[in-house]
Amino acid sequence: MSIKIKDVNYTYAENTAYEIHALKDINLEIPDGQFIGLIGHTGSGKSTLVQHLNGLIRATGGRIYFNGRDIYGEHFSMKELRSRVGLVFQYPEHQLFEIDVLSDVCFGPKNLGLSREEAERKAKAALRMVGMGEENDHRSPFELSGGQKRRVAIAGVLAMEPDVLILDEPTAGLDPKGRDEILDQIQRLQKERGITVVLVSHSMEDVARYVDRIIVMNQGQVRFDGTPQEVFRCYKELEEIGLAAPQMTYLMHGLKEKGADVDADVTTIEEAADAIEHWLKS
Amino acid sequence: MIRAEELTFDYEQLDEEGNVESKKRAVDHVNLHIRPGKFIAILGHNGSGKSTLAKHINAILTPTEGTLWVDGMDTKEEDRLWSIRQDAGMVFQNPDNQIIGTIVEEDVGFGPENLGVPVDEIWRRVEESLSAVGMLKYRHHSPNKLSGGQKQRVAIAGVMAMHPRCIVLDEPTAMLDPNGRAGVIRTAQKLNREEGITIILITHYMEEVVEADHIFVMDDGKVVMQGAPREIFSRVEELKRLRLDVPQVTLLSFELQKRGIPLPDGILNNEELIDRLCQLKSKM
Repeated sequence: MSIKIKDVNYTYAENTAYEIHALKDINLEIPDGQFIGLIGHTGSGKSTLVQHLNGLIRATGGRIYFNGRDIYGEHFSMKELRSRVGLVFQYPEHQLFEIDVLSDVCFGPKNLGLSREEAERKAKAALRMVGMGEENDHRSPFELSGGQKRRVAIAGVLAMEPDVLILDEPTAGLDPKGRDEILDQIQRLQKERGITVVLVSHSMEDVARYVDRIIVMNQGQVRFDGTPQEVFRCYKELEEIGLAAPQMTYLMHGLKEKGADVDADVTTIEEAADAIEHWLKS
Repeated sequence: MIRAEELTFDYEQLDEEGNVESKKRAVDHVNLHIRPGKFIAILGHNGSGKSTLAKHINAILTPTEGTLWVDGMDTKEEDRLWSIRQDAGMVFQNPDNQIIGTIVEEDVGFGPENLGVPVDEIWRRVEESLSAVGMLKYRHHSPNKLSGGQKQRVAIAGVMAMHPRCIVLDEPTAMLDPNGRAGVIRTAQKLNREEGITIILITHYMEEVVEADHIFVMDDGKVVMQGAPREIFSRVEELKRLRLDVPQVTLLSFELQKRGIPLPDGILNNEELIDRLCQLKSKM
């Protein structure tokens, strides 16, 4: 179920005065079941890139292969692609529109041609997955809190049972607990169902805590691609392109500069606590 | 500068005939006093009432019960509305919803123009505000070519140009990348320190408020905790129960304490923890 991106280029408004080269020679391979963080400053090309993955934007150059099949090939079904690669936009709760929560989540699977019963079954399963209990099924989406609305919107995509789930800033504007709850649930899905997750985020702390691999975009190009440890080790370069490292990275480098013999590659609180404890007791 | 006495606000849901169908209490008997020139933060989970409270400060909402005074003016007195809004400006979360001009300097001039400020004075204020937020060199640019963080700084300049004594920022960094976020917070701190403007910052990012003078924590429409950042962030478990958090370095120190490493409560920044750890190591 891999996605292969080969020499992809995308130019907005080609051959006009407003031409912008948004993606330049992107080559990436996304294997099954990975949890990927996609970071980059505003305008770096992250959102443009993810919209290529479910065919919403068509590359102006290059090829994309989904399970080895060229998505721009003659017999390839974009409809099928969109049911297998689910994309949750920023502030997805603005797109809730149905009279109750359950109907809203049914919209996707029904559109895939499923019967009402089947759609409801999948919708209910998706709602439970994101932690929305049965008592909410028949409430209006507009009566829910911000975090609940966000979860309903994510369930709307999950109900289509995608193999790949792409989330564009799923936690923006949520309180800290709401942030953790949503990301914990997504992580559980990724682990239990083996789906691939691409998380677009501005929070380096979240990325450090959850993902296996970080892809860093800058000016339409892939600037870094590696584990959180590998990528955040280059925190000075990240700052030059408008990003940063998690607070833990700065702390550990600060300690090291004071002569402490600690592993400065740690990026999460648990890892930092282990490293500091080990150093103090050595 | 701002004083709330038993401030209470109910959202009303109306049925088709316009009768009140149900009420939801969003702010519940809040009492607070904010002195001029302070940097204040308000924390609280989604739905805790902090934005509703903030909207009272520039009279977008007026209390159902109780009173709010801005600079001694009761926000319920409609004829003071414009003076209140000039005194207490507001910046919201989404940068794209609050910029109206087609050129940066026009956008910033819109506020003072509406207040009837003479043209020469408007231009002077536009220049002064844009340089205060570090955006003067973009004055002739189109706002839609700016990044989110730059747009927020232009929005702040627009409020500044009205010469407010207080600026309320309601989650101004929620949609920004790390660089944009740092720029907005630095700007708010600078306006507070250099111009003496009272800042009221609402945010879900705990790291942004460690330098505030005072923090109010809201839950269920009430102020449930208040104090200096060090006092507030010492109460890690209480904050977690309120769906909030503490800065990462504070949480790490808390974790190390639990492992038996003698550290004080409420460590707020990396330098502080590094110093403490080095001292401990040298005594071992």
